[in-house]
Amino acid sequence: MTVYLLCILLFLIGLYGVVAKRNLIKIVIGLAIMEYSVNLFLILVGYVKGGTAPILSRNLANKVFVDPLPQAMVLTAIVIGLATTSLLLAIAIRLYRKYKTFDIREIKNLKG
Amino acid sequence: MTIIVKKVTQIMCGIIFLYGIYIVVHGHLTPGGGFAGGTIIAGAFILLIIAFGSGFLSLKKEETGSSILESSAILVFLLIASAGLLVAGMGIFFVNYLPKGTIGHLISAGFIPLFNIAVGIEVAAALLTIFLALLIYKDEVIK
Amino acid sequence: MDWFVPLFVIVPLGGAFLIAIIGSFARPFGRFFTSLVLASLIGLTLYVIFSVTIPIVYMVGGHGPIEKVPIGITMILDGLSVYLLLIINLIGFFSAFYSISYMKKFTSENYYYTLFCLMVAGMNGVVLSGDVFNLYVFLEMAAISSYALVAFGIEKEELEASFKYQVLGGASSLFILLGIAFLYWNTSTLNIADISRVIGTTANSEFVKFVGVILLAGFGLKAAMIPFHAWLPDAHSSAPSPISSMLSGVLIKAIGVYVIFRLFFNMFTISYDTALVITTIGTLSMVIGVLLAIGQWDIKRLLAYHSISQMGYVVIGVGIGMLVIAHNGPRSVAALSIAGGLYHLFNHAVFKGLLFLNAGAVEYETGIRDMKKLGGLSSLMPVTTSTSLGASMSISGIPPFNGFFSKLIIIIAAIQAGYYVLSILAVFVSIITLASFLKVQRFTFFNKPNEKWNRGDFNVREVPFAMCFSMVFLAVLCLGLSLFIVPAVRDIFITPAVNVLLNSAVYSTGVLGY
Repeated sequence: MTVYLLCILLFLIGLYGVVAKRNLIKIVIGLAIMEYSVNLFLILVGYVKGGTAPILSRNLANKVFVDPLPQAMVLTAIVIGLATTSLLLAIAIRLYRKYKTFDIREIKNLKG
Repeated sequence: MTIIVKKVTQIMCGIIFLYGIYIVVHGHLTPGGGFAGGTIIAGAFILLIIAFGSGFLSLKKEETGSSILESSAILVFLLIASAGLLVAGMGIFFVNYLPKGTIGHLISAGFIPLFNIAVGIEVAAALLTIFLALLIYKDEVIK
Repeated sequence: MDWFVPLFVIVPLGGAFLIAIIGSFARPFGRFFTSLVLASLIGLTLYVIFSVTIPIVYMVGGHGPIEKVPIGITMILDGLSVYLLLIINLIGFFSAFYSISYMKKFTSENYYYTLFCLMVAGMNGVVLSGDVFNLYVFLEMAAISSYALVAFGIEKEELEASFKYQVLGGASSLFILLGIAFLYWNTSTLNIADISRVIGTTANSEFVKFVGVILLAGFGLKAAMIPFHAWLPDAHSSAPSPISSMLSGVLIKAIGVYVIFRLFFNMFTISYDTALVITTIGTLSMVIGVLLAIGQWDIKRLLAYHSISQMGYVVIGVGIGMLVIAHNGPRSVAALSIAGGLYHLFNHAVFKGLLFLNAGAVEYETGIRDMKKLGGLSSLMPVTTSTSLGASMSISGIPPFNGFFSKLIIIIAAIQAGYYVLSILAVFVSIITLASFLKVQRFTFFNKPNEKWNRGDFNVREVPFAMCFSMVFLAVLCLGLSLFIVPAVRDIFITPAVNVLLNSAVYSTGVLGY
C-alpha cells in the first residue's frame, strides 16, 4: 500500500512542477515526471506475489506469471509520452527564438 | 569531438545496430519487440551524427528520406493488417492468418514477427526524423 | 456483413500517410485527396444509417469472449456512435474543402493535410471504441494532432497558445490515465460493458465516486467546461480558421462531451450526486461563458467564448435527463431532455463551424480580426454576409433556423422536470447571445465602410469558390436541420442515440450477450 502512495506522491511532485515553476523547460520536465509516475503505478497494479516475467518458453515449469496486460498498456503510454514531450520541446525552442526568453511571465501576448 | 570518441563510435555503432535488429526480430520470444528495438537502431545512427558532426551530411535529403521511410513502414503495417479482410473464411481486420509454428522457434506465431519488423523500422525512422528536424532548425537559426 | 466498421479508422489513417509520401513530390495531391477521403467517409456513414441494423459489435482480430469474459479489443457501433460519426465527417469534409483555398499561402501544406486526416481518424476511433484504453489511445492521437495544428502558422501568438493548450491538455490526459489505472485496479478488466457489470454487482461506492471525480476532471478539461476552460479562448482564436471550426465544432464534442455521456450513463450506474455535479458544471459554463463573451472585440475570441456557453446548453439538456432518471421520474421527460441536448450538439457543430469559416473569410480578405477596425463589408462580400447573418440568427435562437428548436426543446423539458431556475437562466443566456451577435453583425458587416476599402490599395473582394461553397452549403444545412423535429426524420437520426442513453443497462447486455 505504501508503494502506491509513493507513486501518487511522485505525481503530486510533478504537478507542483507544472503549476509553480516559471521556466518553460521546468514545466516540461514536471509534465514528464507526472507521466513516469502514472506508468510506474500501472505496472505496480499488475504485480502478483512470486510471479516471473510473462513470456512463454519451452522449459516451462508450473510458474506463476505477473499480469501482462498493464505491461502492454505501459508500452503504449511510453510512446504517447514520447510524442507529447518531443512536440512540447519543439514548440519551446521556437518560442525562445520569438520572445528571447524562457520566462512565462514575459510571454503574455494573449490576454483577456 | 576528440579522436577517442570518434574511434570508439566507429567500432561500436555497427554492434549497436546489430543488437537492435536482434531485439526486433526476436520480439515474440524474448522481452523487447518493435518499439524497444527501434529505439536502439535509431540510437546507433544518432550516435554517429553526434560524434562526427553534421557537416558530413546533406541534412535536407536525409530528413526527406527518413520521413518517407517512416510513412511507408506504416502503410506496410496497415496493408498486412487489412489483408486479413480478404482471406477467405475470416473477413475480420487484424486476424492472424499465417501458420503458427511451434512455441519457441524463430519462425512461428503467425504474422507477429512481420509486425515487429515494420514497427521497428517505423520507430527508428521517426526518432531519426525528429532529431534531424531539430538539427536543421538549429542550422537555419545560426545562419 | 460488418466488415466496414474498422474502415472508419483505417481509411483516414492510410490516407494521412499516403499524403505524407506523395505530397512531398507533388504539392496539389494533398488538397483533393483529403476531401475525397472525407466524402467517402460521409458516404459510408449514410450507408450505415439507412441500410444496416445497429448495434454492431465487432471483435478485432477475431478474439471472441473466452468463458464469457471479453478479452479482445471490441468496436461498438450503436445509435450514439453513428450520430457522432455523421457530425465528425460532415464538418470535416466542409473544413477540408474550405482549406483548399485558405491554406495555399503556407509552404508545408501536405503536413497540414496529414495532421488533419490523423485528427479525423483519432476522433472516429474514440467514438467507435468499446474499451477504455483504446479510447485513451485514440483520444491522444486526436489531441496531439490538434496541438500541432494550432501552432501551424508559426507566429508569436500561435506558439504561445499552442504551448498553453499542450500543457493543460497533457495534464488532463494524465488524469484520465490515472483514472483508468484505478479502474483496472478495482475491476481487472478494460471492456466498458464488463466494467459496468463489475461495478453494478460489487458496489465499493466510495472508490467508484473517487474514480468518477478524477475522470470528470480529465474529460471536463477536454470538453472546456468551467472551471477547466482557460485554454479554449487562446487556442481556438489563434489556430488557422478551418482548424478553429474543426476544434470548436467537433473536437470538444467527440473527445469531451461524448465520452462523459458514454462513461457516466453506460459504465457507471446513474446516481443523483453525479447528475447534480454534471448539471451544475453545465449551468456555470452556460452563464459564465456568455458573460465573458460580451466584452470581447476580437471576432474569433468572442466565438470561442460562445462555444463554452453553447456546450453548457448541451450538458444541461442531458444532465436534466440524468437527474430525472436518478429520481425515477417520468421517462418521457428524460427522453425529451436528452433529445434536446443531442439535437443542440448537432446544431452547434453546424452553426459554430459556419461562424468560424466566416471569420476566416473576413481575415483572409482584410487581414484584420479586431471588430473596431472593420466595417461596411456587406456590399463587398455578399456571400459571407448572408451566410454569417443566417448563422447568427441560428445561434441566437430565431425561428425558423435550427437553434430555436433545440433551445426550445431544452427549455420545455426543464420546465416539465420542475427546474424553473434552469429554464429562466437558459432564456436569459439566449437573450444575451442575441445581443452579442447583433454587435458582431453591426460592427463587422453593416457599419459605415472603413475608408481604406475604397482607396484601392486594400482590394477587398469576395473569397474564392471553394470557401464560398463550404459556407453556402453549411448555411443551407442550418435551415435544413430544422426538419429534425418532424417525427419521421427524427426517428432515423436522433431516436437511436436517445435510446442508448435512456436505456443505459441495455448497452452491456447488447455487447456481452447475456
